[in-house]
Parts: sequence; structure tokens; C-alpha cells
Amino acid sequence: MGAIRLENVKKTFGNIDVIPGVNLEINDGEFVVFVGPSGCGKSTLLRLIAGLEDVTDGKIMINGVDMANESPAKRGLSMVFQSYALYPHMTVYNNIAFGLKMAGETKAVIDEKVRNAAKILNLTDYLERRPGALSGGQRQRVAIGRAIVRNPAAFLFDEPLSNLDAALRVNMRLEITGLHQELKTTMIYVTHDQVEAMTMADKIVVLQAGRVEQVGKPMDLYAKPANKFVAGFIGSPKMNFIEGDYARARDCACVGVRPEHLLLSTEQGDIAATVKIAEHLGAETYLHVNADNIGPMTVRATGEVPLSGNDRIWLTPDPERIHRFDKNDKAISN
Amino acid sequence: MESKFKTPFGQFAYTVFAWIIGLAIFFPILWMVLTSFKSELDAVNMPPLFLDFNWTLENYTGILEQSNYFKFAMNSVILSFGSTFIGLIFAVTCAWAMAFNPTKRTKDTLLWMLSTKMMPPVGVLVPIYLVFRDWGLLDNRFGLIMVLFLMNLPIMVWMLYTYFKEIPKDILEAARMDGATLPKEIIFVLLPMAIPGIASTMLLNVILAWNEAFWTLNLTTSDAAPLTAFIASYSSPEGLFWAKLSAASTLAVAPILIVGWFSQKQLVRGLTFGAVK
Ligand SMILES: Nc1ncnc2c1ncn2[C@@H]1O[C@H](COP(=O)(O)OP(=O)(O)OP(=O)(O)O)[C@@H](O)[C@H]1O
Ligand SMILES: [Mg+2]
Repeated sequence: MGAIRLENVKKTFGNIDVIPGVNLEINDGEFVVFVGPSGCGKSTLLRLIAGLEDVTDGKIMINGVDMANESPAKRGLSMVFQSYALYPHMTVYNNIAFGLKMAGETKAVIDEKVRNAAKILNLTDYLERRPGALSGGQRQRVAIGRAIVRNPAAFLFDEPLSNLDAALRVNMRLEITGLHQELKTTMIYVTHDQVEAMTMADKIVVLQAGRVEQVGKPMDLYAKPANKFVAGFIGSPKMNFIEGDYARARDCACVGVRPEHLLLSTEQGDIAATVKIAEHLGAETYLHVNADNIGPMTVRATGEVPLSGNDRIWLTPDPERIHRFDKNDKAISN
Repeated sequence: MESKFKTPFGQFAYTVFAWIIGLAIFFPILWMVLTSFKSELDAVNMPPLFLDFNWTLENYTGILEQSNYFKFAMNSVILSFGSTFIGLIFAVTCAWAMAFNPTKRTKDTLLWMLSTKMMPPVGVLVPIYLVFRDWGLLDNRFGLIMVLFLMNLPIMVWMLYTYFKEIPKDILEAARMDGATLPKEIIFVLLPMAIPGIASTMLLNVILAWNEAFWTLNLTTSDAAPLTAFIASYSSPEGLFWAKLSAASTLAVAPILIVGWFSQKQLVRGLTFGAVK
């Protein structure tokens, strides 16, 4: 069981309002991802939930009990740190066993749980090693093993994959998703990688400057961003924003079109443009173009497109999938 | 190990230089040990005798008969280890707070602690002497342990603080998330990681306390008197008995030299252990 509710949680460092007041509902068993630009307070919010940082104000309800003033030990949560934070002087076995020892489990129970976790995480052969003698991916697994043996109410991850190389990151991403499906325990996962956010999350929380901009399912955020910030943050390459006459003609301050929602033609269309750079990725092509009267835009076309610099093209936004924003950057529903 | 000196001559010069410095530092100790085996007459001979004198043990037998060396040595052990042990308890907790939960004033506090070491001890001799007299702590081991511990506390805090600063805070937070209470976090996670730092802090403080002469001479007479007092008893009052004085000094520094030698090995092991992060 791990339902977590934040009620008006505030955090100030000195006189800086890092978290001005967050309300958030996390259901039992949910995989929630916090995303946002660097310095927006993701880690701080996670550490407030963990109890590693004291709240300035507000309530942190874990399974219906306010834990805002309890020690981390009492909250029954596990955390996986970006730096792994393994105990360098202990073997892998003892690293994983430490939390169980602190909880006063018997030797037999500890042994069974540690070996079980090691089996799930493919660490059985490394149990007697010290963390110094492990690769990055193995260390990450030990950190996860340490978190799962305690059977916590929820797992907290702070950018756990950012120290791994790209290939390993994809693997570990799948492993963590698999783990969640198996354990069905609440997970809160901080990242600034939106691929991780989109692929892993049941629910994404987009943060900016300590404020929750939008909460929703990944595809809802993609299809119906609540404001320009979320629209620009979710999706890669970034959404194109068109202001000026083009927007005025559509009764708004700004029109947003995702690069994948632009129909590309070499003969005709709504917007005429000149190709600046074409990035050929094989399965798809990113065209960075300069649109007449509008400026730089990005187009994403599937497959190989035989275009290069200075070619003239025409773009037509998919009318079903354009986003309109008012002058306060709020989305206008279609 | 790689040498900074590329040319053979540079390396040679470096070696010679190192030997000169090493011998210069070691020479007084060597001379003290040699003198302790001379007769009083040979000890003051001009020109000084280096090795060709009549080796004798009479100084050692003499002073061991004359005064109770083991009582002094026991006091030295109790005072230096006692003050170091109590100091460690305070310094570890203090350095933990400063290294992992610093406030705006942490740096000032550290400087202030160190500044107390800049005051000459004789400046507070009279008040401390009076307090000790009134509380019945003169010539008392407990009283002296307190003075030595307080004298060295700033250095211990500083040393441990710099070692603790090197330890990632994440690891302690991980222990907290694993359900460790503060004492367990310190005992099972922080201290094992800081073994090299703690070992060198202990070693330095045992040596400093062992050799501390100002307070031990001024606040003791016999019951609590350590080896510094033992040496002092052979200096002025009975005239210049160089050989006896040297024998007493040799006996006084021998234990700490041996302890230092062994701890040094421990220290090296601790250091390589810490490197396997
Ligand atoms: N102990 C602290 N004292 C003062 N300011 C802090 C402290 N910890 C964090 N901050 C500030 O709070 C803000 C949020 O920091 P936080 O680490 O939560 O950001 P983040 O979203 O995790 O960023 P990143 O993606 O770079 O990890 C930052 O502006 C940071 O400078
Ligand atoms: Mg962060």
C-alpha cells in the first residue's frame, strides 16, 4: 500500500521559495514521473516526500497519515539515488541487507530476502564483491536491490539512469518498468529525460519553478497540454510555436504545431519554407526550415526524405492537431 | 611511484636532499639514545664521542631503581588515550554536524575553535590552576584528562571535519532511508568510511597528549604525573646529569615511538582500504 498525497507542501531555502505550494495526489501502485527543467525543484520535492528535507509548511499524507514531521525511517519509503550512494565498505550482500538489519530482521529472513532480490536483479554472482568492483549498471542494480528488499510503501528514484550510457539506460528503463509491473508498488521517478517520462509513467507531473504545471497521463499531456510550457516541454523535437498574423487568423495569441503534425509537400501547402538543415536518421528525417513570414520551424517526416539545404517546401498543419494558446500562454480548447 | 625529476642527476640530488633532511630530523633522537648509554663523564666529553665509548646500562638501572618508571608510564597511557578517546566522542559528533549539516556560521565556529589554540596556555594557567585547586583536581588524572582533551579538541574537530567533508552526503542519506537512526548511521556507515581519517586523528592526538608538558608539569606532582614529569625530575634539581636525562627521555619516548610505528602500518592499510571506493 502506498498512496501519497501532498497538501500545500512548501519549501524555502533561506528566503528563496523553491516550492511555493504543491498539491498532488498519487494513487497506490501508480508510476508517477516528475519532469521539468533543471533547477525546477524535482529533487527537492522528492526529498521532501522522502523526509531528507524538512517541509516549511504543508502535509505529506502517506496512506492517510501525515508524515511531514516524521523521520525518513518512519515513512517506509525507499530511495534510489542518482549517485547510487552504495556503502563502499560493505559487500553487495551487506549493502542489500543493511536496511533489513536496521529493521531487526533475523539472519534467516535477511538471507532469503537478499538472495531473492539478487536473483531478480542478476546479482547472485556479485554478492561478495565491494561496490568499487562493479560496473555502473551493476551498481545501479545493487541500489535498486537495496530499495526493494525492504518492501516499501513506495520507491523514490532521483534520476537513477543519468550516469549510465545510452544503451544501458534503455535496458535499465525496461527493467524498472518490468519491476513495477511485477511489484505493483507505487513509484515516484524524477527525470529530465522526457523519453523516460513518456514511456514509463502512468502519470506525469510537469514542474516549473516549483509549481505543478500539469498532471496527467503521458498521452493526455501530449495531446492536450494545458499551457505553452507543457506543450513545449513534452514531445521531441519541440513543438513549433507560431505567433503573429497566422495566430491572429485563428483567434489566439499563439499556435502550436508538433513537428510530426506538419504535412510536407514540395508543391503546395499553407506555409512556404526553405530547408536549412536536413537531419537524416534513417527511420525519420528532421528538417530545420525557415518559414516565410514566420521564422524557424522543425518538421519531422517519416522515412527518408530526399531534401537538403535551400530546397523550397510547403507545410500544412494537421487541422485536428493544432494547439491554440491565449496571451497568458493558457491553452484554448478547440 | 613516478618521480618528478626526469634526469638521473635530479633524482640523485633529490635523494641526497631527502637523506640530509631525514638525518637532521633524526639526529637529536639518535644522539639522545647514544648518550643514554654513556657514563656521565663520557657524556660531557669534548670533542663529543660518537661510538667509541664504554657502553653501559648503568643509567637505565640507576633511574629504574631511583624512580617508579612504570607508574609514570601508566599515567601517560591513561592521560593520552583517555583524552583522545573522550575527544573522539565529542569531535566525531561535532564534525558530523559541521560537515553534513552546515549553517551560515559553521566556518566562523571552526575558525573560532582554532583561534583558542593561538592563545598561549600560560595565559590561562592561573585561573585553571585556581579552579583545579578549589575542585580538588590538582594531581588528579581525571582533571588532567579533561584539560588535555579540551586542549586538543579543536584540532580533532578540524581534522575530522576535513575528512568527513570528503564523504558524499548521499551515502548517509541512503542509510537514513534504510531506517538507520542517527547513532547507527554514524557507527555503521560514517565511521567505517572515515577509518583512515579517524586513525590519523587518534594517532596525532595520542602523540600530542603524550608529549604535552606544560599542563602535565604544572597541574601534577606525583599521583597523576606522566612521563614528562619523569623526564623533568632528572633535569635541573640534581645538576646536569646528561646521561641520566637522556636515558629517562629515551624511556619516555620509546612507547610512543613503538605505538607510532604500529599505527603507521594500520594507517597505510586504512588508506588503501578507503581508496577502493
Ligand atoms: N540546500 C539548498 N540550499 C539552497 N538552495 C537549494 C538547496 N537545494 C536546492 N536548492 C535550490 O532549489 C532549486 C531546486 O533544486 P532541485 O535540486 O530540486 O532541482 P532539480 O529540479 O532537481 O534540478 P536538476 O534537474 O538539475 O537535478 C534550485 O534552484 C537549487 O539551487
Ligand atoms: Mg535533481
